[in-house]
Amino acid sequence: MPNIQDMARIIRQDIITMLAAAKSGHPGGSLSAADIIAVLYFSEMRVDPQNPNWPERDRFVLSKGHAAPVLYAALAEKGFFPKEELLKLRKTGHFLQGHPDMNKVPGVDMSTGSLGHGISVAAGMALAAKIDNKDYRVYCLLGDGEAEEGIVWEAAMAAAHYKLDNLLVILDHNGLQIDGPVKDVMNLEPLPDKWRAFGWNVLEVDGHNIEELTASLQVAKNFVGKPTIIIAKTVKGKGVSFMENQVGWHGNAPSAEQAEAALAELKGGNRNG
Amino acid sequence: MAELLVDWKKEKKIATREAYGQALVQLGKDNPDIVVLDADLAKSTKTSDFAKAFPQRFFDMGIAEQNMIGFAAGLATTGKIPFASSFAIFATGRAFEQIRNSVAYPRLNVKIAATHAGISVGEDGGSHQAIEDLALMRSLPNMTVLVPADATETKKAILAAAAYQGPVYIRMGRLAVPVLFTDDYNFVIGKANVIREGQDAAIIANGLMVAEALQAAEELSAQGINTTVVNCASLKPLDRDTILKVARQTGAVVTAEEHNIIGGLGSAVAEVLSEHYPVPLYRVGIKDTFGESGSPEELLQKYGLTSAHIIQAVKSVLARKNEKSDIN
Ligand SMILES: Cc1ncc(C[n+]2csc(CCOP(=O)(O)OP(=O)(O)O)c2C)c(N)n1
Ligand SMILES: [Mg+2]
Repeated sequence: MPNIQDMARIIRQDIITMLAAAKSGHPGGSLSAADIIAVLYFSEMRVDPQNPNWPERDRFVLSKGHAAPVLYAALAEKGFFPKEELLKLRKTGHFLQGHPDMNKVPGVDMSTGSLGHGISVAAGMALAAKIDNKDYRVYCLLGDGEAEEGIVWEAAMAAAHYKLDNLLVILDHNGLQIDGPVKDVMNLEPLPDKWRAFGWNVLEVDGHNIEELTASLQVAKNFVGKPTIIIAKTVKGKGVSFMENQVGWHGNAPSAEQAEAALAELKGGNRNG
Repeated sequence: MAELLVDWKKEKKIATREAYGQALVQLGKDNPDIVVLDADLAKSTKTSDFAKAFPQRFFDMGIAEQNMIGFAAGLATTGKIPFASSFAIFATGRAFEQIRNSVAYPRLNVKIAATHAGISVGEDGGSHQAIEDLALMRSLPNMTVLVPADATETKKAILAAAAYQGPVYIRMGRLAVPVLFTDDYNFVIGKANVIREGQDAAIIANGLMVAEALQAAEELSAQGINTTVVNCASLKPLDRDTILKVARQTGAVVTAEEHNIIGGLGSAVAEVLSEHYPVPLYRVGIKDTFGESGSPEELLQKYGLTSAHIIQAVKSVLARKNEKSDIN
């Protein structure tokens, strides 16, 4: 099996390929999360592609549901469904919806797409594990723009109140949303202080550094009494030079030529490894 | 009457949201009290046009629709005229109770102008396709609900909403749709417009289904079936007089809307007809199911929202009308 770095690069290629085929969708926030998702699915989470609804599995909620391509790529690479299906993303009648659908896609634990909902649902899943004395963990990926939604902070308050230390949120802190940089649209800083004040264990990492991500997940696992958030500093569009840090690549699919250039870069070597 | 309609199949298609952006800029020039709020979707809703022209009067509230509506209500208490925009699902769904208790209940002068309504949103899928927004907004006392059919009507509806004192919900789409109306077309809140006349059945439509209704009427007339077409952009207040008039004239009604058949135009027309003048009725709309990802055209086909579906519906109400007259 490829190492995590290589897997992240494969996932990035899948993202480009499927978005070019779909001719719509969200590359920027999918690429920024590729390393995080690769670590979660290929070293961290306890899941079984043969048994997607296994009750003891770790759960994953893609709260920033528009990044569905990164999740679908990981699920396909993991063997939840054949990789060819990725090419039918967003097509009428096909199961790979524009935003994750738990009733259609094997391995998707929650339907998302409306920002803010996911973290709240993830906390509910974590509470269920506490009630049932189960040891599965719940992972949730949150966008930084998404953290402007009030419900995110309602969930943060409640998860700390109920001491959901089996809940791990990763914030994909790429600094961009749709209308511009997060700090210009609706400033959220100081983010780490806010989460700390809400009663969370806060870790800050480079979201493209596999070792840092892996190590911080280990720290979170051993932390008792509080939920953990990993604030992962990332680059939107990471791995494709012309998409990096470009607000315009939030929700536009690459053309065939752009996809070819992107894939050449991603296959080309270690620039982002 | 013909002068109301342009030669619509020859015109370039324009999304109603495009007309919204232009109307806002015009309003901004005419009235310094106009302020615009958005929730991180300004480029998609086209409030970015206003933001460019009047940066001091545009406020991006970030991804926080509930707070956007609260701010709009606060602004309205001082005499400002706020237009608050997002996708229909988030504007009406996420912020529903803010709209209910901070806008409709105190009857504040807030305009909720939502785009990307209906399944014609397309590829983003069911999570993003509002099929229930009209039901939500229509059920609120004090709320006016407008569903313009094309770019011309959208512009007029936005200007009318700004001139009207009180809460208004305006529903617009993402997809480019035919331009139907000439500038002489008269938009009045509370009035439906008869845009084609025929004695066999009446098709009452709004939004992008008006073009489908016109297409259906044309094809039906080639088959010897003559239909009245009513554009019912003012879903609330509903023009009962016009609805009852066409029901009496034709004795068979089809409604057509890009919305769940529960709670929207079909329901509203059914309510009026069943209380005052029951005639055979068929509601063309989304049959109480969520949408899915796909191209807008394929989805409109799959979910039964085309002229062909309207034609079938007209034939079915005609059959029922004729059965009835046989018995009589
Ligand atoms: C409730 C809600 N409001 C608006 C949107 C439209 N929308 C989709 S993505 C997005 C920006 C998200 O920014 P961020 O969370 O930073 O995501 P990322 O940068 O990781 O792509 C917005 C406003 C939505 N999906 N849900
Ligand atoms: Mg972001």
